[in-house]
This record gives sequence, C-alpha cells and structure tokens, in this order.
Amino acid sequence: MTVKEIFETMDYGPAPESVAEALAWLVDQGDKFGHYIDGAFTKPGKGFDSRNPANGEVLAKLTQAKQADVDAAVGAARQAQPKWEKLGGAGRARYLYAIARLLQKHSRLFAVLESMDNGKPIRESRDIDIPLAQRHFYYHAGMAQLMESELPDTQALGVCGQIIPWNFPLLMLAWKIAPALAMGNTVVLKPAEYTSLTALLFADICSQAGLPKGVVNIVTGDGAVGEMIVNADVDKIAFTGSTVVGRRIREATAGSGKALTLELGGKSAYIVFDDADIDSAIEGLVDAIWFNQGQVCCAGSRLLVQEGIADRFHEKLRARMDGLRIGDPLDKCIDVGAVVDPVQLQTIKGMVESNTAGHVHQAACQLPENGCYYPPTLISGLETSDPLMQEEIFGPVLVSSTFRTPAEAVELANNTRYGLAATVWTENVNLALDIAPKLVAGVVWVNATNLFDAAAGFGGVRESGFGREGGWEGLAAYTKPKGKAKPLSKVDASMGEGAPVDPIDRTAKMYVGGKQARPDGGYSKPVWGKSGLLGHVGLANRKDVRNAVEAAAGAKGWSRTTGHLRAQILYYIGENLSARADEFAARIDAMTGKKDGVKEVEASIQRLFTAAAWADKYDGQVHGVPIRGVAIAMKEPVGVIGALCADEAPLLGLVSAMAPAIAMGNRTVLVSSEPYPLAATDFYQILETSDVPAGVVNILTGSHAELAKPLASHLNVDAVWSFSSTDLSKEIEAVSAGNLKRTWVNNATTFDWSMDQSRRFLQAATEVKNIWVPYGE
Amino acid sequence: MDTQSSESPVRTAHLPQVTEPRNPGMELDLDWVRAVQANTSAIERRAATLPGRRSVKKEYQAAWLLKAITMIDLTTLSGDDTVGRVRRLCAKARQPVAPSVLQTLEMPPITTGAVCVYHDMIETAVNALKGTGIPVAAVSTGFPAGLSPFHLRVAEIEESVKAGAEEIDIVISRRHVLSGDWQALYEEMKAFRVACGDAHVKAILATGELGSLRNVARASLVCMMAGADFIKTSTGKENVNATLPVSLVMIRAIRDYYDRTGYRVGYKPAGGISKAKDALVYLSLIKDELGDRWLEPDLFRFGASSLLGDIERQLEHYVTGTYSAGYRHSMG
Repeated sequence: MTVKEIFETMDYGPAPESVAEALAWLVDQGDKFGHYIDGAFTKPGKGFDSRNPANGEVLAKLTQAKQADVDAAVGAARQAQPKWEKLGGAGRARYLYAIARLLQKHSRLFAVLESMDNGKPIRESRDIDIPLAQRHFYYHAGMAQLMESELPDTQALGVCGQIIPWNFPLLMLAWKIAPALAMGNTVVLKPAEYTSLTALLFADICSQAGLPKGVVNIVTGDGAVGEMIVNADVDKIAFTGSTVVGRRIREATAGSGKALTLELGGKSAYIVFDDADIDSAIEGLVDAIWFNQGQVCCAGSRLLVQEGIADRFHEKLRARMDGLRIGDPLDKCIDVGAVVDPVQLQTIKGMVESNTAGHVHQAACQLPENGCYYPPTLISGLETSDPLMQEEIFGPVLVSSTFRTPAEAVELANNTRYGLAATVWTENVNLALDIAPKLVAGVVWVNATNLFDAAAGFGGVRESGFGREGGWEGLAAYTKPKGKAKPLSKVDASMGEGAPVDPIDRTAKMYVGGKQARPDGGYSKPVWGKSGLLGHVGLANRKDVRNAVEAAAGAKGWSRTTGHLRAQILYYIGENLSARADEFAARIDAMTGKKDGVKEVEASIQRLFTAAAWADKYDGQVHGVPIRGVAIAMKEPVGVIGALCADEAPLLGLVSAMAPAIAMGNRTVLVSSEPYPLAATDFYQILETSDVPAGVVNILTGSHAELAKPLASHLNVDAVWSFSSTDLSKEIEAVSAGNLKRTWVNNATTFDWSMDQSRRFLQAATEVKNIWVPYGE
Repeated sequence: MDTQSSESPVRTAHLPQVTEPRNPGMELDLDWVRAVQANTSAIERRAATLPGRRSVKKEYQAAWLLKAITMIDLTTLSGDDTVGRVRRLCAKARQPVAPSVLQTLEMPPITTGAVCVYHDMIETAVNALKGTGIPVAAVSTGFPAGLSPFHLRVAEIEESVKAGAEEIDIVISRRHVLSGDWQALYEEMKAFRVACGDAHVKAILATGELGSLRNVARASLVCMMAGADFIKTSTGKENVNATLPVSLVMIRAIRDYYDRTGYRVGYKPAGGISKAKDALVYLSLIKDELGDRWLEPDLFRFGASSLLGDIERQLEHYVTGTYSAGYRHSMG
C-alpha cells in the first residue's frame, strides 16, 4: 500500500519482531538438542521436532529422554545437592542473582524464542513472561540470602523433580527452579515437549552463570519422561499442568514420602457487579481470557455479570472482541497469537462445537490462513449445568452467565470443582472485601486480573491443586523441618481379662454434630487395661464417617467466627480439662500401662493454650508487590480436616491436631487413638461443657485401617492427616486424589508429641489466599 | 458555514457539519452522570500497556504521522504573541511539511487541522489563512482559569465569533465539577454553546484540576449533554495536561454518548504531546477505542505546539533513512 492509501485507511501494518538472533542461536546449537545433565549437554538422540505453531516450521530437533537419561539427571542432582545446600544461603544467592542478570541481559532472545516456540504474542513474552521470570530469580536470590536467619528450623528437601507445562514455558521454569535452588535443593526439570527451547537456552545461562554442575538438570520428552521423573529417586515432585495428570501423580507418589505440590486447572470466575467501571472490566477480560490465547490455568474464563447491566455489558464486550487483532505472534501489533499445537486447537474446536447452549459470538477478526489460530469466542447465556460452564477449555473461549445478588454471585462462582483464581469488579470497597474472602480460590484479583509477582504466592484450592509458588508461603514447597524422623511401630491395644474396673457400666459413645452418637453398625469393642476391662467403645464404619463429615461441613459458621472467640473457647477447653486433669491422667495410665499420664495431660493443656494464643495472631501478610496496591496474603482455614490421631499419645495426639485446626477455623473429624480410645471419648465431655459449637469437633472411634479410606476419599473433606501407627499413608494419599485434598501423613515415622510443634499444624491448617487490591483515585 | 473551498488541499480540516450532524446536546441526565465509574488503577494499566500492544512501522508510520499533522491545532497562546509571530505560525499551518518530503511520499499537500490563538490574534490568523480552509480556533471564556465575570465570558465568545473564529475553545468552571454541581456545569456549557452559534465549541475540562478520573468522566458527559462539539483535556497551563489515562476516560465517555445518542463528539488532547511516538500511541488509542471514523480532523485534534517539529524529523528520517536535525525544518 502507498502512503497515500494508508493515509486514507489508517490501517495497522505489519510490525514484525526480528527472529534473526533466535534463529542464529538455534543454528549455533546445531538445531538439535540433547539433555542438560550434570552441567553439560548430552549428545542429541532420537526424539521429536519442536515446531512453531504459527507456521508449522520445525525449529529444532529435541531428544526424547530414556530411563538412563532420567537416572543420570537424578544421579547428578543427588550428587550435587549436599554441596549446594552446604554452600549456604548467601552463596546460593549469588548464583541466583547471576541467573537473574543473565536472563535480563538476554531478555529479547528469550522473548523471541518463547514466542516462536509457543505462539504467544511477542508483547506478552517480552513484557510479561520474561520480566516475571527475571523477577522470580531476583526475589529468590533474596530468599536464599535470608534463609538462615528467617527460616532457621528448615532445610532443603533434596532433589526435586519438576514438570512444567507449555503455556508459560520459561516463567513456569522460573517459578519451579528459583525457590528450589534458593532453599538448597537441586532439580531435574522437564519442560513440555511442545515448548522446550527456552528451558534449553536457560541451561545455557546456567553454564554461563557458573552454576555448579548437577544443580540444574533438564531432560526433554513427553509425558512418559514425566512419569519416569515421578517414579525416580527424588524427594519432591512439583507439577504444573492438567488436573487429570495431577491426580495420576498424586496416586503414583502416594505413600512414597515424596513431597508434592500441584498447580492444576481452573475455571476461574470473573464477577462484574453493577457498580463496576464497565469499560475497565471489559478491558480486564481481554487480559483474563484472551491473554496467551486463553491458555492460562487461572484465566478468568467464567464471566458472571449482575443482571441489571448484563445486556449492555455483553454488547460492549462483543464490540471490544471485534477490535482484537489476531495473527503472527512475532508481530508487535497483535493481541492474540497462535494456539500452541494443532492438537490443542482441535480440543478447543471440539469443545465449542459440542456445545449447543447459549449464544456464540466469535470476534469479527481475520484469522491467518495457516497456523494454529482460533478466534476469540464468547458463549453467553449459559447455565451452571452446561458442560462449558464447568469444564476448562484452555483456549480463547469465554463463557458467561448472570447473577442477581452478591450472595448468588459467590454461590455461582464457587459452584465448581476448581479453585484457582477469581476476579471481582466493583467500585464498592465493602462489597469487594466482603466477596473476596468468600470466593473459594487461591488468588483473588479486585478490579484487575492476571496480576502476578514473585512476592505473592500463586496456587489453588480444591481440584486446582495445592502448594503455593512465590512469596514466603511458596518456600514451604521446597523446605522441610530440620531433623530426622524415626520409624514408627504399630501400637497395639492392651489385652486383658477380668471384671470391669468401674462398678457401673459407662458407655463411651462417639461424638458427632455436638451429640453423643452410637456407632451406625452397632458393634463395639472392649478396651482393656492392666487392671481389667476399662470399658467399650463403638466401632465406627463408613456411615459414621459420612455423618461426622456432614456435621463438620455443616458447621461453616465456625470458619467465620473471630480468632478472639475461638481463642476463648480453646482456653475454656483447657480450663475444663485442667479441672479434670487427674482423672484424665489416670485414664491414660490405665490404658497405656505407663506412668506419664500426668505429663500428657499437662502438655495437652499447653497445646490448647498455645492454639488459643495463636488463634488471633497467626496473621497473614501484605506482600510488597510492584503495583500501587496491596496483595493481602490472607490465612484461611482449609475447611474440613479429617485426622487419624496418634495411637501412642491418646489425649495429646488428639489435642495437638485438634487445637490448631479449630483455632484456625477448621472443622474436624478426629479418629481417636485406636488402642487407647477412651481418652478421646472422655474428652467429648470436656468439649460439651466448653461452648464448642456442634460439628466443629467430631470424634470417632474404631479401626484406623477401616476408617482411613472413607475419610481420605470423602469428597467433602478438604484435608486429611494421619499420625496412625498403622501404616496407612499410601492408601490415604492414593484415595485423596479424588478431590485432591491436602494430605499430611507420617509415612510410618514417629512424631515427637512432647515437643510443641504447633506451627507445623497451623501451617497445615491454613491456606494462603492472595487478594490483590490495586487502588488509587 | 461551509469553509471548504474547491482549492483547498485534500483532507484538510473538515468541520464537523461537513459530514456529521452537530451534537445538539440533550437533557441533563443526572442518573447517567452519577452512575459513571472510572477505576483509576485499571485505566492506568490499560494506558500503560497500550504502547506495547500497538506498533506502527515504516510506510504505515509515515502515513499515520502525516495524518497526525492534519489533526494538529497548531497553537500559540503566549503573552508575547505578536502579529508577526502568528503569521509565521499560520504559514507553517499552511505548509507543515517540506514539499520535497511530501513529493517523495507521493502525497498531495496537507495542512494542520487549525490554528489556535487568543482572541486578539484572530483577525491576523484569519487573514493569514484566507483561502486555505484552515479554521481559526480561539481560546475563550477567560482562558485559562475561566474566572472572569460570566457575562464577559459569554461576550468574549461572541466577539471571537464575530472576529472570524470558527472554533471556540471554552474553559469550564472547575468549581462546578469539584462541588458536584452538574446542573451549573450543564447550564454554563449550554450558554457557551448558544453564544458560539455556528462556530464549533470545544469544552476544555482542565482535567489536571478536576481531582479524579471519575470527575473527568462525569464532566465529559455533562459537557456533551450540553452540546459540546469537542471535549478537550487541558489549557496547557495546568500542572498536568493531556495524559493517556485521562484520554481513555474521555473517549470512553464519547463512545458511550455516541452509543446512546448517535452523535459523534470530537476529542482533543492538549498539552504535553510533543513526540511523534506519543502521537502514534494516541492515534492507536483512538482507533481501538472509538474506531477509524474518529481518525479525521473533524473528530480528533492534537493541541500541540512542538509536536509538529518532531513529526517532521521522523518523516525526513523515513524518507532518507538518516536521523534528522530540527534546524532543517522551517519553524512555526
């Protein structure tokens, strides 16, 4: 076109970013890559092509890792780990700092390579992905520096296997590698097979930074390689990807003692109230669902608009969509690039085509003739029962529905198996700050969307996974308490014979929903002490579990009470226990045949007081994120926690788990010590006299082995803990995969109940939700 | 009032009535005004990312910069303005780009959108621009503070129209906005519009003095309801003049007003836009938020004095491939 013609049409022309440097780098590497193991690239082997989804061109040949490669990588990481950890935080900080600087120095090369490999617009890789990846290394250089002073009781996990997705290749690498290295771990990372190139360039950077060999190892390949890493001799698996695969990894690692964090799918709600800045909320949607072609786990893909503004909002939204420019990812003037691969494109197409409900609008923009492109799409007028309102599409497809009231907005938003992120638009601060905590999600953005920073944890609840990446809260994913656990042997019940010790038969029941309950099955078992029959306890079955969970789930009000009130109740429990201390001590001694009942009761009272003390002090944080605004890291109760309590400490084990859990606002289903259950059944009398609301604490007695499965598989239980001396860790973790509940199991090792480890319980009893609130008038 | 003459260069300053019906205004709709929201952080984010989202290169950039020139209200608003100074400015408005550059680009002659002066310089400017089709715009109503007696402000408009100004840039009473007296603002604007008669009225909001983007949005709407042909950011004399966030708020108001009434109101950012690159960002903002129709001088103007010089240098760079120097281009 001539200048005169353009002067008339005022069209945007092509504005291509040069790919010359990135192509030159690929050529320098021979267009072929091996793995990066023990500080060097291996010889390229048999593998697969890495293609540019925008035009189908082959960028390089990558090697499919074999078992021997994974073993070599894990071996290198294992060998390097002790020295890396011993180097100390300050020493590691220097390497992380060097990596951050090198990422910055080569930022454009990374950005162009990323866009070529993934299909995302160059603006996004250049302005978002790569800067955030750098920031992650800078931030965690600082965390390494501070580790010894700020986390004196923690140590590295060891070797971490990390499996990352194709939607943010380098950024996800940074989220995984930076905190791991900062805390003294070494890693074996597998990038997604579609998008391995920036990881390989990163390997190059590691060498340039002089990183000790073996600290970072990168192996390429498909899901089979991921599986090899999961099953390898690693101490931790960190996975970002689909919920389906996440669940398989949970099952595969069950009972292995491998730490696990999962960052999985989502169907995040995007709520617009009628007092919102509508134009800004619409612009926000561009960043929510048309960012990275909608291939974002936390994409605001489920629009909920208040009825009164819904028509106008949708009309404006469609107009905005029609202005989106879709095309060559390397063009600096496009909004939407290419979908990562023809397979993904087919998935998106198939999902949209299978939908018959609602009204479909596709942006009136021209699609390039070739390459993996899908037009920005809005499907409005859907109901919660429509599959596309529930299923993650992972493409540029927005679905929408309407709501009437704030309460209904929350209900609709939470009507999902996922819980990754949510967005709220309103100009009313009361409304925003009321709604944000009620949304079941790990991240909530107020009047903004898809804001990320290394200082604020990212991660989900429910089937969006567990663990946080970023912030202080993210370090828990790469550390463990110092010290070594000893093996735990089964504690058996005392056997005995003879007459009841008590002249009058006392019937120990279970405690469900604030009431004493007989076992559903109608079976009981005797509890013997040295001196004779101490009593009988009911044998709970799966129906008792069901009843207890229902009671716990129903006691939602507890989670909304104030920390002060919970503290008062915990103190009251302690007070009432203290009043009957002698009786409890005697009971413990009678069951265990030992003489430390007095100590155990005293420690239990201490735990209750400690939990009461923490109830209003286990504060969240305000993270220093680089915006004018705050990211409030709020500590929220996990929800319903089921626990198999310690066998060896019948009262202290139960109280140690219960007190921090309810202090944080959780509701609990506690299965008492199996051999010594009577301390727990006596304890419900204390609860009854201490103003504990019905359903907050439920106590079952019976066989751990029998109750583990119904409890750990129950989909309305949010976390399951096991301190049982029966080795049930594997089974519990395997069945927990159903709703991906958080697990804390002992893997048949001991726990020192005499030590106050309340902090560990507090951490396990809370989820960190980051609420981003930009402000400014 | 048709100022188009057959000799006038192509695509010069079309006045709104040439292709668009003039905004007649409407009843003051306070429900609408008060419902308007503007979330500052979100607006700033959109504004901050825009330059990274849009890029115009090579021949496209040249064409866009030429278009930008046709939208400049070439302005001099200084106490030391003289007849000679204004004549020189008008000569620059008639021929803002060196003919050799235009020839290389195979472009016909272009002019700036208007020349903008104080009342006393209208006559000089009108004479200097005779036959060019370039309108003279006059700042008015006690510019820049707008605090002279109301009847004098109205009279000033009438005098300027009489003197030949085809466009009147009025200043609103900021106090009406700051005290939320939308009725008073509406009445004031309406009176100014009446006083303008056939001359087009640009309402200067002095956004740097309105306290919040929400106020900017609401004041924009009220002025359009009262019949403004254009809304304009600033006098150039406030501490903060045209910014992208303010522009975003004002053009969104224009879009809403058009959606509801069917009337297109023009937009003029003024003050602080001095680089060719900034002009391109503004044009892409207008293109994306309002659409191509607004990329014509009857609906968009830059209030700028030094922008033209930078654009000229960029054009010469496009033509020659060599970075240019300011002294190579005639001063305005």
